[in-house]
Amino acid sequence: MTSSTANISGSLRRTLAITLLCAVTVLTVLLYFVIRNYAAQIAQQSQDSILQASVTSMLDATKLREGVVEMDIPYVSFSMLNTATDDRVFYTVHQDDKVLSGYDDLQVPQMATDANIVFRSINYKDIPVRQATASRMLVGDGLRTQITASIAQTQDNLSVTLQRISRNAAVFGAGFFLLAALLSAWVVSSTIRPLKKLASSVTRRGPQDLSPVAMPVPTEMGSLVSSLNNFMSRLEKSLTQSEDFIAEAAHRVRTPIATVRSHAEITLQRVEKEENRQALKAMIRATDEASRAAGQLLDHAMVTFRAEQLEFQEFDLVALVEEIVLRLTPIAEMRYVELCLQGDATVMVSGDPILIQNAVRNLIDNALKYSPHESVATITVRSNPAPYVEVQDQGAGYPVQEMKQLTGRFSRGKNSHGTVGSGLGLTIAREVALAHNGELTIANTPQGGACATFSF
Amino acid sequence: MRYFLFLILVVGSPIVTAIEWEEQRIFKGANGGETLRVISSTDSSVFAPIIDSFLSAHPYLNIEYRVASSTGIYNEYRQSPDQYDLVISSAMDLQLKLVNDGYAFALDDVDHPEWAQWRQSLFGFTLEPASIVVNKSAFGNLPVPQSRQEMIEVLRANPDVFRGKIGTYDVRQSGLGYLFATQDARASDNYWRLMEIFGNLETRLYCCSGAMIEDLAQGRIAIAFNVLGSYAAARSDLAEKIEIVLPSDFPNIMMRTALIAKSTRRVRSAGLFLRYLVSSRWNDDAGQANTLPSLHLPSIKDKRSIIALEPGLMIFLDRLKRQSFIKEWENAVIH
Ligand SMILES: Nc1ncnc2c1ncn2[C@@H]1O[C@H](COP(=O)(O)OP(=O)(O)OP(=O)(O)O)[C@@H](O)[C@H]1O
Ligand SMILES: [Mg+2]
Repeated sequence: MTSSTANISGSLRRTLAITLLCAVTVLTVLLYFVIRNYAAQIAQQSQDSILQASVTSMLDATKLREGVVEMDIPYVSFSMLNTATDDRVFYTVHQDDKVLSGYDDLQVPQMATDANIVFRSINYKDIPVRQATASRMLVGDGLRTQITASIAQTQDNLSVTLQRISRNAAVFGAGFFLLAALLSAWVVSSTIRPLKKLASSVTRRGPQDLSPVAMPVPTEMGSLVSSLNNFMSRLEKSLTQSEDFIAEAAHRVRTPIATVRSHAEITLQRVEKEENRQALKAMIRATDEASRAAGQLLDHAMVTFRAEQLEFQEFDLVALVEEIVLRLTPIAEMRYVELCLQGDATVMVSGDPILIQNAVRNLIDNALKYSPHESVATITVRSNPAPYVEVQDQGAGYPVQEMKQLTGRFSRGKNSHGTVGSGLGLTIAREVALAHNGELTIANTPQGGACATFSF
Repeated sequence: MRYFLFLILVVGSPIVTAIEWEEQRIFKGANGGETLRVISSTDSSVFAPIIDSFLSAHPYLNIEYRVASSTGIYNEYRQSPDQYDLVISSAMDLQLKLVNDGYAFALDDVDHPEWAQWRQSLFGFTLEPASIVVNKSAFGNLPVPQSRQEMIEVLRANPDVFRGKIGTYDVRQSGLGYLFATQDARASDNYWRLMEIFGNLETRLYCCSGAMIEDLAQGRIAIAFNVLGSYAAARSDLAEKIEIVLPSDFPNIMMRTALIAKSTRRVRSAGLFLRYLVSSRWNDDAGQANTLPSLHLPSIKDKRSIIALEPGLMIFLDRLKRQSFIKEWENAVIH
């Protein structure tokens, strides 16, 4: 398993958050202006309606008496215009086109015949005012005359009101923005959550776990997850297939090789001619090599496969090693090597006994192969500090220059010349150790012998 | 106590208008430099203690103090607004109109109750009720009327005692008289009934409070109606002879108001003086006796009887409205 980095460009969360925030901002600004405009309109309307009441009461107070216009403006006409900011009031009354009373420089708009009141915003004495104008026809004594009354008021109170409204609208907008921002944060995180859940569930898997993702995901992620599941099942299939294939292949190769070897051995007994015997011996050797290689390949495939679905179980390491030693003793005696087992009485470990047996067998096998006759190979099993098995021989040790590569696949040292082997023994031992979260260390002892330690 | 110190011709515009100053005095500060030009409708004898106490706090100023009728001041200031720094008047309606028409300078930072100021430009600094002032000896053992209604009754019952012995403002001349009359007329129909009776009893008409009180003191009249009680009270020498009655039915209380001229170049000094006026400190400094009652008059509990500073005041200044009011008044009072 190699850890690889993804090609990352942009962030869903950020894109989503920015989009939502932009939308919220636009909405807030819009809301602010809508509220403000609406409130301003209402405020203007309320000023207008007071102006209207005032101008109407003025017109109501006009009458014709003996052909002369009299106007008795009631006090309320003006006192109703009182505001908190003491707005200024200007007025004028026209009879037809002649100024009757009031401010004679206050312009009066042209009245449409059907309009009963006209509002407008103008500047009077260089200050902005709101003006309401209404007119009325007086008829009497054969006289028809048009009376036009107009009242203008400054807009200080209105602007104070507007300021207050703007402030309130701003506060309201800020509140809305905050709420909407919180909501969008929530939306973002709940949208992203299934993705994060998927990612963490995939990350939490063991390196060998290729089972399909079973947790429920939203529709939008359905195709992603189903492609992922599809991909993983294909991967798993091809993995098992290749393991099976190697095992099968090794098995198929070993049988004919064994046949060839036995035939060659029989033939060797019968042949007397020296050069033929030589050829046959080389042939036997080659079949040994091939058989060993096939055996180790099979073991390696088995190790790889089992390491994927490691089944832990508790067992006594000492008993296991004892059994291996017992099994290898005949071979050791053939080489005049004494196998000496020492250490604790029992060392309980948890792991796959078949794999560990395989690993330890390879280490002892090496000790037998690479140490001279009449020597002792010491196997130590202890539980402290952590459970370990150490195999130490009295041979020449590992070739120092190649130490680093020796645990690699198919790597054999210079001293292996003439010994049958495939270069997979240490590799198997190391992979088993790694599968158990342990390690394999190889070193040379001060006396010169090789020392391989398999520790948990 | 009236002086005719100067008669001045003011040439302000192409139309030559004469303003008749009743008084013109210069109050000098101890190291007076800058001179504030104040025009006022208040007699200098009444105002002098206030000015003196102000100048003792601000000795680097002088105050030129001119007195005319409130209408005179109004017209004069409208004609030559750049000739004066401060306008003080008892005619609230005229003062309010000056502010409304943009003749006043706004002081934004004066801490003054809302009801006693308009647009931060017009500041009321006294509370002066319109009173019925009577000469005690003229009444003899007749009851002193405590309200307009009682006065109507007393006058109706004793027409011969009071014929020619009633004094009130000539509303055509006196701005303050017009203000009180219009406010009275607005408040109750009793006013017109009273004016009818006044007319029948050959009422004397006065331009100003001072003259009316003087005549009352001399016994030439027995009742002065709608006169400023504050003026009468300021005359401590008359305390024995007269009685000041606040009509119990509805008192009309006037605020003497001050405004700073829009075009003044002495904003700071004018502001100082105005702040001093509204602070009512002069009331303590000058002593209660001879001066005007400040805004914090404890006897006035009901703020509603104070004539409100509001645009409604301008109604009675309308040409047509004034015309018809004066006509009605003349019909009642003058025969
Ligand atoms: N005990 C040892 N003493 C000296 N050299 C050793 C010892 N064990 C291993 N080596 C060296 O390390 C090399 C790799 O060992 P490894 O067990 O992986 O392969 P192998 O023994 O050559 O072949 P096989 O797969 O049959 O075990 C050997 O070829 C040898 O050179
Ligand atoms: Mg080996």
